[in-house]
This record gives sequence, structure tokens and C-alpha cells, in this order.
Amino acid sequence: MSARSSVEEEPAADSKSWTLRVRQAIDRHLPMDHLLPDRQPYYVGSWVYVFGVVTIAALVWVVISGVALSFMGPQWWHDSGLGRFVNSLHFWSVQLFFIFMVLHLWGQYFMAGWRDGRAATWMIGVVIFAVSILTAFTGYLSQQNFDAQYIAINAKDAMNSAGIGAFFNVLNFGQMYGLHIMLLPIGVTILVVLHIVMVRTRGVVKPIDPEGGARP
Amino acid sequence: MHGMDTPTTYFHWGFILISMPNLLVIGGMIVVFAIALFAPFPHAEGDDVSKK
Repeated sequence: MSARSSVEEEPAADSKSWTLRVRQAIDRHLPMDHLLPDRQPYYVGSWVYVFGVVTIAALVWVVISGVALSFMGPQWWHDSGLGRFVNSLHFWSVQLFFIFMVLHLWGQYFMAGWRDGRAATWMIGVVIFAVSILTAFTGYLSQQNFDAQYIAINAKDAMNSAGIGAFFNVLNFGQMYGLHIMLLPIGVTILVVLHIVMVRTRGVVKPIDPEGGARP
Repeated sequence: MHGMDTPTTYFHWGFILISMPNLLVIGGMIVVFAIALFAPFPHAEGDDVSKK
């Protein structure tokens, strides 16, 4: 009996099975040594490359603290000591998320991170930035305090003047809270996963050669 | 230390108007970016650090 049965033989790529085609496409475009590499090229030895990872770490804390806040509710995050701590953890991890996202943006801008077929990775990063701003804005509106009311009352005129006030009503707490804890964070998370997978597919962009062109 | 219950200081140069906290955050980010560019990065044993 052979060590490999006929069941384990890999069928042709033009198989009618969509699961097989998907599996073969993943193997082709994103092998495991690309997805979870244990070594990086020499030019990755710089703290500039750490900014993206710190941004992801901050996002993890944003999500963990956000889950606790949504479960426990406003009474908890305003009145109890632990609630105020988790509320602060949520707020300050968002600050770090934005600070390191912008530092990552500066780093990628100056090394022209969109080169060699990485334009889609760059553009998804731009969309993550935009969706994150919207998520943070709806977060400020969801605080359940006078600050949230002040922001909502002032922002409504800007939304109305932009013509979106009818379906994005900043005075509607339910809509803002729902967007903040459900749709927008899911959107940011999916886009971040897509962004990371695209970075891992192509690897980190090579440094710009002062002589012209990319280094070998 | 600036009082937390009073309005912050604003800087106004020509068309630029920025609050002290925002200026501090942006200044701090520029400092962190400069440190990241020039601070030595620790390498694991056996790493190829030559500029090939």
C-alpha cells in the first residue's frame, strides 16, 4: 500500500470544486511562510517598521475595552472606579491607535510604500484611516455626557450643510451608538485584516535605491 | 501644570491657529519618528545585517 492514497492526490487546478480552487489560490498567493514568516529582509531592521504593529496592538486594546464597555453600559463606565478605568483605557488606546497609525503613514509615505504592485495596500490603508475617523467621531457622540451633547449639537449643522444629515443624524444616539459599536468596528477590523494579508502577500517594500530603481 | 477646568492656550501665527495640547502631540510624534529613524534596532543572533 502506498504512503499516499489516491484520495490525497491533488486534483487539477481547473476542478469544478470551488473549495479546491480557493485552497489552491490561497496556496499560490499566500503560502504559510509568507503569512507567518520567521525572518525578514535586512532592511526591515528599523524601528519605523514597528509603527504598524503598535497600531494593531492599540486596536486590540480598543476592541477588548470596547467589548467590556458595551457589555456593562454607561452607568458602569461613568460611576464605578473600574468602569472609569476601562473607559479611560478605551479612550487612550484610541489616542495611541491614531498616533501610531499616522506615524506608520509618515513612514510609508517617505519610503513610497505603494511601489511594486502595492497600490491597493496603500489605498486600503487610506480607507482604514477614513473609517477610523468616523468610528472615533461616533465614539465621541456615544459617551453619554455633556461633551457628547456639545459635539452632537455643533456637528449637526456641518452634517446638514454637507447634505447627509437626513441619514446620518448625529442627534440620534441610537444610530451613532449602533454604528460605533457594530458596523464601523467590524469594518475597521476586516479592512485591517485585509491590509495585513496584502502586506504579507507581497512582503515589505524594498528601500528606494539612490542610484534609481529598487535595490535587488 | 495647566488647570483642567480652564480653556487651553492657543498659538496664532498668521493663518495657523493651534491649541497647546495639539501642538504637544504633533511635536511628540515628530520626536518619536526621528528616534525611530536613528535609534539602533536590536538584531537576533545570526541575522544578516550587511547591506547587500
